[in-house]
Amino acid sequence: MIDKTVKGADEALQDIQDNAVIMLGGFGLCGIPENSIQALLRKGVKGLTCISNNAGVDDFGIGLLLQTRQVKKMISSYVGENAEFERQLLSGELEVDLVPQGTLAERIRAGGAGIPAFFTPTGVGTEVAEGKEVREFEGKQYLMESWLKADFALVKAWKGDTAGNLIYKGTARNFNPMMAAAGKITIAEVEELIPAGELDPNEIHTPGIYVQRIFEGKGYEKRIEQRTIRS
Amino acid sequence: MALDKTGIAKRIAQEIKNGMYINLGIGIPTLVANYIPDGIEVVLQSENGLLGIGPFPTEEEVDADLINAGKQTVTMRPGSALFSSAESFAMIRGGHVHLTILGAMEVSETGDIASWKIPGKMVKGMGGAMDLVASAENIIVAMQHRSRNGQSKLLKECSLPITGLNCIKKIVTDLAVLEVVPEGGFKLLERAPGVSVEEIMEATEGKLIVEGDVKEVQI
Repeated sequence: MIDKTVKGADEALQDIQDNAVIMLGGFGLCGIPENSIQALLRKGVKGLTCISNNAGVDDFGIGLLLQTRQVKKMISSYVGENAEFERQLLSGELEVDLVPQGTLAERIRAGGAGIPAFFTPTGVGTEVAEGKEVREFEGKQYLMESWLKADFALVKAWKGDTAGNLIYKGTARNFNPMMAAAGKITIAEVEELIPAGELDPNEIHTPGIYVQRIFEGKGYEKRIEQRTIRS
Repeated sequence: MALDKTGIAKRIAQEIKNGMYINLGIGIPTLVANYIPDGIEVVLQSENGLLGIGPFPTEEEVDADLINAGKQTVTMRPGSALFSSAESFAMIRGGHVHLTILGAMEVSETGDIASWKIPGKMVKGMGGAMDLVASAENIIVAMQHRSRNGQSKLLKECSLPITGLNCIKKIVTDLAVLEVVPEGGFKLLERAPGVSVEEIMEATEGKLIVEGDVKEVQI
């Protein structure tokens, strides 16, 4: 059986170069590849284009890579939680491409599925439509959007096996499955890595074919942005 | 007296029908969940990948891997389902979500909505709002009738960048319940208790259509 296990994040990310295009899973701070982000910090690669729904907060998630000026461009749907992000954007140090969330998810899905473009109703008549083809289907207008792919996709799952099969937990799934398929090299970090054959094939969310490297992550902080309690 | 945020949420809750799948935006729309009438069963969708949002967790139940689209910790109701963001927006664009309730900065008399960007200020992004308004058959906007500096938010044309065109059908504000009619204009359906038609007219820049006696909101 193919064994995709690597020792840890540093080995998994050893061939990421400056100016790479990388996808990072997660919604807010939920389901982000914490270990791989730490490895990017240690490696110090610069000029990264990061495709991720959000940009973390000042001192966690992708926010850490902004502090060290490793990010050249962000492709995201919502970036509101980060003061350093705002500063770099306003000073022109950081390039940002804002994409509607459903369009972002579908562009990544298309990238992994070999579909170069598709038509969506989202954004017709808005700034998002500028420079894009609009076509009418059954009397309604739709916008052409293109696929997104990446040199590396960094995803996080709950459980994984040595063959790269992944299972996510709760709402930590979010963008991870599509990104796993859209990366030329997909690096999965999991909370629990088990031998191939021990996960129930009926319950796999991401089949191992999409994953090139897998490791068991350490020391997950799983920070909560809005801790809301019922009284 | 004008409706407060709770009043707006309670009035919107009256629009909810048994069996609906509903997406609630951040702010007043989130409050609507607290006032769904007894005997009405609905499923709340969170676009980050959950159908069946439950109440906020107790201290013991808090799970960092279970949040809503506002990044708040939540619980799941019995019968919930979890899925990816691509699946989530497929159900939104595919017309499977029956009702979307969201906030707005401006709505035009032709049903355009502006809600994501103020030029010159920090732009945070549109998140899922453009997908929701482009797809839903039934969208209710919850907002104040006027901005903080007293300007009408119900306009002939939106002045801010658009989130979606011709998509809003109903608006509930602190002053009134209004319907955007196909030929253009805000038809006044109900007025907040003690608020006169004249006050609403004054607070509405776009075309206000008043037919006969306009009843008061009952909550």
